[in-house]
Amino acid sequence: MSDDLTLTSVTKTFGSFTAVDDLDLTVPQGSFFALLGPSGCGKTTTLRMVAGLEEPSAGTITLGERDITRLKPYRRPVNTVFQSYALFPHLTIEQNVAFGLHRQGRKKVDAEVARMLELVELGGMGGRRPAQLSGGQQQRVALARALINEPDVLLLDEPLGALDLKLRRQMQIELKRIQVEVGLTFVHVTHDQEEAMTMADTVAVMNQGRIEQMGAPEDLYEAPATTFVANFLGQSNLVPGKVVRGDAEVLELDVEGTRLTADVARARVRDGAVWVGVRPEKVYLSHAGEEAGDDDNRLHDGIVSDVSFVGVSTQYLVRMPWGQELTVFEQNTGSRDRFRPDDKVDLHWRADHTFLLDASQDATAGVDRVGE
Amino acid sequence: MTGRAGRWVGEHVVLVLGLLVLLYMCIPVFVVILMSFNDPASRNSYTFDGFTWNNWRNVCEPYQLCSSLALSLRVGFLATAVATLLGTLMSFAMARHRFRGRASANLLIFLPMATPEIVLGSSLLALFVGNGAAGVLGFWTIFIAHVLFCLSFVVVTVKARLAGLDPRLEQAAMDLYANEWQTFWRITFPLVFPGILAAALLSFSLSFDDFIITNLNAGQEVTFPMFVWGAAQRGIPPQINVVGTVMFVVALAIVASGQLGSRRRAVRT
Amino acid sequence: MSAATQLPPAPVAAAPAADVGEGAGRRGWTGYLLLLPGALWLTLFFIVPTVSLVSTSLYDPSGSLATGYSMTGHWQNYTQAISDYSPQILRSFVYALIATVACVLLGFPLAYAIAFKAGRWKNLMLVAVVAPFFTSFLVRTLAWQYILGDNEALVSLLRKVHVLGADGYLLDTPFAVVTGLTYNFLPFMVLPLYASLEKLDPRLLEAGADLYASPVAVFRRVTLPLAMPGLVAGTLLTFIPASGDFINSELLGNPRTRMVGNEIQDLFAAGDYPTASSLSITLMAAIVVLVLLYVRRAGTEELL
Ligand SMILES: Nc1ncnc2c1ncn2[C@@H]1O[C@H](COP(=O)(O)OP(=O)(O)OP(=O)(O)O)[C@@H](O)[C@H]1O
Ligand SMILES: [Mg+2]
Repeated sequence: MSDDLTLTSVTKTFGSFTAVDDLDLTVPQGSFFALLGPSGCGKTTTLRMVAGLEEPSAGTITLGERDITRLKPYRRPVNTVFQSYALFPHLTIEQNVAFGLHRQGRKKVDAEVARMLELVELGGMGGRRPAQLSGGQQQRVALARALINEPDVLLLDEPLGALDLKLRRQMQIELKRIQVEVGLTFVHVTHDQEEAMTMADTVAVMNQGRIEQMGAPEDLYEAPATTFVANFLGQSNLVPGKVVRGDAEVLELDVEGTRLTADVARARVRDGAVWVGVRPEKVYLSHAGEEAGDDDNRLHDGIVSDVSFVGVSTQYLVRMPWGQELTVFEQNTGSRDRFRPDDKVDLHWRADHTFLLDASQDATAGVDRVGE
Repeated sequence: MTGRAGRWVGEHVVLVLGLLVLLYMCIPVFVVILMSFNDPASRNSYTFDGFTWNNWRNVCEPYQLCSSLALSLRVGFLATAVATLLGTLMSFAMARHRFRGRASANLLIFLPMATPEIVLGSSLLALFVGNGAAGVLGFWTIFIAHVLFCLSFVVVTVKARLAGLDPRLEQAAMDLYANEWQTFWRITFPLVFPGILAAALLSFSLSFDDFIITNLNAGQEVTFPMFVWGAAQRGIPPQINVVGTVMFVVALAIVASGQLGSRRRAVRT
Repeated sequence: MSAATQLPPAPVAAAPAADVGEGAGRRGWTGYLLLLPGALWLTLFFIVPTVSLVSTSLYDPSGSLATGYSMTGHWQNYTQAISDYSPQILRSFVYALIATVACVLLGFPLAYAIAFKAGRWKNLMLVAVVAPFFTSFLVRTLAWQYILGDNEALVSLLRKVHVLGADGYLLDTPFAVVTGLTYNFLPFMVLPLYASLEKLDPRLLEAGADLYASPVAVFRRVTLPLAMPGLVAGTLLTFIPASGDFINSELLGNPRTRMVGNEIQDLFAAGDYPTASSLSITLMAAIVVLVLLYVRRAGTEELL
């Protein structure tokens, strides 16, 4: 089937400010699509255009064969869970939840409403008004109010942001279950990367009104396409380097005088200056000069400058001879002593964990995540 | 040091001062209630001479009191209805629509509030008389004048309520399959309604109370404030205090029931 | 929200907020249609009459209502009105100014107390502010006649404590007139002030207390600037009607406390329409000038 949601070169400007910039996006029908990005990057604006609450300045939005770009919001089989809930203060919870069904001309909805309220764990609260609920409860009403309509596309703008961790995990499972069972298309905006990666079939990382990268969660994480994605999704060490030689499978690199290798599969550029990237948890530390493992890549003579214990792991900052500080995460398996500040260490990792990015980008893009 | 003690005193001083001011505002009302039971020794006496139920039993005794009251109520209701309707429409236009001439419209609404009543009244009189229509002065000229000075207050009150209304609520309704019409009647109107009601109450009180403008444009008609004015020159019948008391109690009841109702519904936006 | 908490007519204060929000901005004819009936009313019964007041003010005063007036562009009406009635005009503004200042001094603590200190009594206090509105204006002013009367408790008390002389009195004095004006227009000060204070986040005051320590500094740097729109609206709603009022002067004053409103009223009653009109226009013009100066000084032009 192909009732895919497709955005084609969609642009939205507010005065001279471009909130969404020439965006192309396809959300396959029945998929769980997560939209990640820093605050103000245009996520809400994108959803609002899909919902019909904002008209694109340019571009088209189609649902299957249907062009819905200029369709009124109430004619679209699309519902939204608003970031600000937008519950109707003068209606009870039940009336809020039943609102969409009633407008579609459905009469007997009580049972359905009760079932839906049960689902979001608000059974028995149907008679209250929104002002009498906590923030998290209101958020669940907003969820129920949209879900009950079983729209073709459900837009969720940070629908779980106000919930505590336990309830959040529980709602994530519920959401995923409903989505799979009913076969709805979910477009889910979230600041919680873990949430995005565990729930979504496809994740898109957005920045300044553009999609930086889109794909399966593992692909995005293991092979980021830009420095922004590398830094925004998890953390990355990015070291300046140069490709000195390469064949069809392996590239040989020079990093501050040390020879490293990388797989072509994870290289966004194959010659010249590059950012050599590796995730902190992929790096193994050993005392300087110590023979350890058979990892292909090794950087010598770092000095441990900071050690912080975070429970499941220990995070090290290692100052390299050229002045850069790299991050290393080590699982607290307890099988060896932790390193101490001022220890001299070497860093090792497997060649196929190395990724290469275009050196013309800012290595710190996406590091300061705002709004988290 | 003195910080904490100073702040404590500061906070309570403000509250005490506020209550004193409130007392000042309410003293005349107490006097009105008291005087409604007065049994004046003479026609010109406006001191409390003795207690009686008489004034309450024979409210309509003074010549024209009840007919003027009836006229004031009639004008009040009619002017309130028309001013509230026109004003609400205008405030929707101002708050929800973009059009050219917005600044002039704002000025047009603001100016009547910034004009002293005596000027408003005399210009209306100049209009009616200048067009040889001195003969038409009466119920309808009073009505026209009252709608005029209530209108701006209605616009301002309803507009404030509209401005406080989150536009996303209406968007959410549209998202949930309500068309423009349904969105208006099911979401916008119920949420703005308290503002409209408040505007109507304000209108009525302004209309019922007005003397200066009415006096200039009433022709042969006599409204309640005009009756009081006339009485004030001749000797004040205590019955006017009965009317004042009743108005006060009715207003209190309306406001209080609105309060209770809203508390029961616990609607807060 | 309830009727009572809605009543604040904070007219000027509320105006600019109306344009925000994505909902604002539908174009097309609907806006004009909605505006039309009210705008027509205001044009027909406010703009046109004002024009006709101006033309009446230029009629030859030798005519009369019965014989008709001739339009002679009689500017002398103005010079006449100003030279004859400048004491009353001046007095009106002085009384209105004193009453407005008194309203600020009385209204600010009250509005502040309602907004921040009243707790669950908030609504009750608001009702108490609004309720006297409904007891007729004239009836209340007559009540002041009683309160300030020569043989009543207040005067006796003041005589006893020698604030007043043995035969001192309050009624029929400028003091009584200003008291009445203050009393009658106080709600118009309290409600807009309350409306703008209420929007003020108490946490802001705490933050201010953190930064400036002294309550006076917090008031000057935080509370006052934020309450400014309400204060401007309140002063306008108090000063303007007070300067045109004649009821208080008539009921609580004496012939030497007559204000310009009394004169206009009497001139109309006497049928001297040209002089009455030119006096009205003079009053209006003076008020417009004063208001513009004031609003400019207060730095709140955009509120108009
Ligand atoms: N109506 C508007 N007028 C002007 N600018 C707007 C408007 N709506 C949004 N913007 C701007 O567009 C940009 C994108 O806003 P948007 O709400 O889409 O961000 P977001 O990605 O949802 O952020 P967050 O994660 O904080 O919710 C922001 O810079 C915002 O200031
Ligand atoms: Mg957003």
